[in-house]
Amino acid sequence: MFNYYLKLGWLSIRRNPLLSALMVAAIAVGIGACMTTITVNYLMSGNPIPHKSDQLFYVQLDNWDPNVQSDDPLEPPDQVTYTDAMALIQSAPAFRQVASNRSGLVLEPGDEDELPFNVQSRNTFADFFPMFDLPFLYGSGWDDDADAAMERVVVLSRETNERVFGGEDSVGRNVRMNGMNFRIVGVLDQWHPVPKFYDLTNGDFNDPEDVFIPFNVAIEYQLPRNGNTNCWKAPDGEGFEGFLNSECVFIQFWAELRTEAEKQEYMSFLDAYAEQQKLLGRFPRPLNNRLSNVVEWMKIQEVVADDAQVMLGLSLLFLLVCLLNTIGLLLAKFLGKSGDIGLRRALGASKPTLFVQHMVESGLIGLAGGVVGLGLAALGLWGVKVLFGDDLEYLVRMDWVMILTGIGLAIASALLASIYPTWRACQVAPAGQLKTQ
Amino acid sequence: MLSMKNISMVYRTDLVETHALREFSLDVDEGDFVSVTGPSGSGKTTFLNIAGLLEQFTSGTYELDGRDVSQLNDTERSKVRNEKIGFIFQGFNLIPDLNLFDNVDVPLRYRGFSAGDRKRRIERVLDMVGLASRMKHLPSQLSGGQQQRVAIARALAGDPRFLLADEPTGNLDSQMAMSVMELISDINRFGTTIIMVTHDPALAELAGRNVHIRDGRVSDIGEDTQIVAAAHG
Repeated sequence: MFNYYLKLGWLSIRRNPLLSALMVAAIAVGIGACMTTITVNYLMSGNPIPHKSDQLFYVQLDNWDPNVQSDDPLEPPDQVTYTDAMALIQSAPAFRQVASNRSGLVLEPGDEDELPFNVQSRNTFADFFPMFDLPFLYGSGWDDDADAAMERVVVLSRETNERVFGGEDSVGRNVRMNGMNFRIVGVLDQWHPVPKFYDLTNGDFNDPEDVFIPFNVAIEYQLPRNGNTNCWKAPDGEGFEGFLNSECVFIQFWAELRTEAEKQEYMSFLDAYAEQQKLLGRFPRPLNNRLSNVVEWMKIQEVVADDAQVMLGLSLLFLLVCLLNTIGLLLAKFLGKSGDIGLRRALGASKPTLFVQHMVESGLIGLAGGVVGLGLAALGLWGVKVLFGDDLEYLVRMDWVMILTGIGLAIASALLASIYPTWRACQVAPAGQLKTQ
Repeated sequence: MLSMKNISMVYRTDLVETHALREFSLDVDEGDFVSVTGPSGSGKTTFLNIAGLLEQFTSGTYELDGRDVSQLNDTERSKVRNEKIGFIFQGFNLIPDLNLFDNVDVPLRYRGFSAGDRKRRIERVLDMVGLASRMKHLPSQLSGGQQQRVAIARALAGDPRFLLADEPTGNLDSQMAMSVMELISDINRFGTTIIMVTHDPALAELAGRNVHIRDGRVSDIGEDTQIVAAAHG
């Protein structure tokens, strides 16, 4: 019977093309607006590394001043100091752990005709690559020895490699940055985690960095920092050395802890470390260290902005308004079919049978509205991109989940809107219609 | 097979009560061809609607094949309509965007027959009414008489216990009307019970029995064996 209902639905839609088009348009506009905001919210709140997000923990150590109120007095700083980062790297019991920050460098292409250009550098440790599962096109990351020896090695992003070496395998060649040669050990394949979870302090949806170099090298050569730095008191010492020994936080720290036991052990270590630091006059606030997995950390950092959620709410309200219009149109359409319904009732169709038949017809209208609505959503996302620039490039793409969600939402909306009109139409007394046909 | 006892039908509004049928009683046996006549507003159509389970009546009893149908719920009434009653309407009531095959298919779909069974039945009844070669045509491509033949085919396709015809020739010219009446008479001759509402005394005479309704009551039940014999002859 379902195929029969589909056929009848299609014939009915064709019989009233204008009315049907109006209904499709009403649903499409609502779905278009809704899917635009749902897509942005979905990508904002998506898990960027689902297979191990519950094993990756962002580390927060509360070295802050009790007298300085931050936005949330109970929240530890969102980065760690150099002193603490190095202490953890050397002693903390993690399967893997990395400290990292960002620098702005100048890359000088080998071709003299090419002008130097700015690149963003992620300064980190060897574990960064296996820990966050970075895909490699050529070569690999560096090893722990390179970290220890402060070797000037570099991993290029795919885009940087294409710009400087035309996409060739550049492993083993040198690239010159800030007046120093760096030996290329690897070239990444496409890697655009959305959100950029490993550093939510410097733009949740920014592109990953152009190059990756050892953290120790960046410190050794005092490469310029290009990210958030917060201090609750001025450094005690002078110059760069004084800054490194200060209470200024500028380093993101992640640990990979595979089991609950590993997490507990690591947490105990953090607390013991903080207690030890208290004895040295640091960490004046009560013990408040944190380990947050990827999803928890994104929530704490409010990756999904409040205004995006407000927009989502408004678009859902708009969809509701569109559905109210659709209800009116469906009512007009179905009551206009009273003669047909009366005849079918006379010929033996029960009310439930006719109800299902007309729900299928509404579902077809919803399907058409969904398809058109997805087109409008694509247009809306393009508008968002034009309005906010390339920074949001990876937030304005619809994947299969979103496409199926859009279609499903459209069909469900149409079915919801059609319940009352269908019920009303099925109440038609057949006897009253048969003489008037 | 059809037995109505003291059926009353009252339409009520806040201001008035209208008695469409009053203490109406009628028995129709298997194979009968009954014509129902009466002036406008006499209750002919109300009787037909009640007989076809399209309307509930106010009081009385109605038995169909020995079963009291007055207490059936809506779904059960639909099932009885589908299985036991065939309708022929004055305005043909074909669905304009379905071809002849699909129009005849409508009641069979609700009956749950297999595709093969439905096809066989449709071809048989369209052949019976002389339209087998036009089953892919739309109703608009047929004359009024041909459309009524399709409606008759649709009514017959499910092998109903009886046909209810409401002014079946009302929209046809006299030549087409006679052709349709010949078809209806033939159907009766093959054993199908027919109850036909008409305002035309000449058509009423083609039936074996005539029931005349006036003011919602049966005022006269007559037999015309001569006409029945002629029709069968």
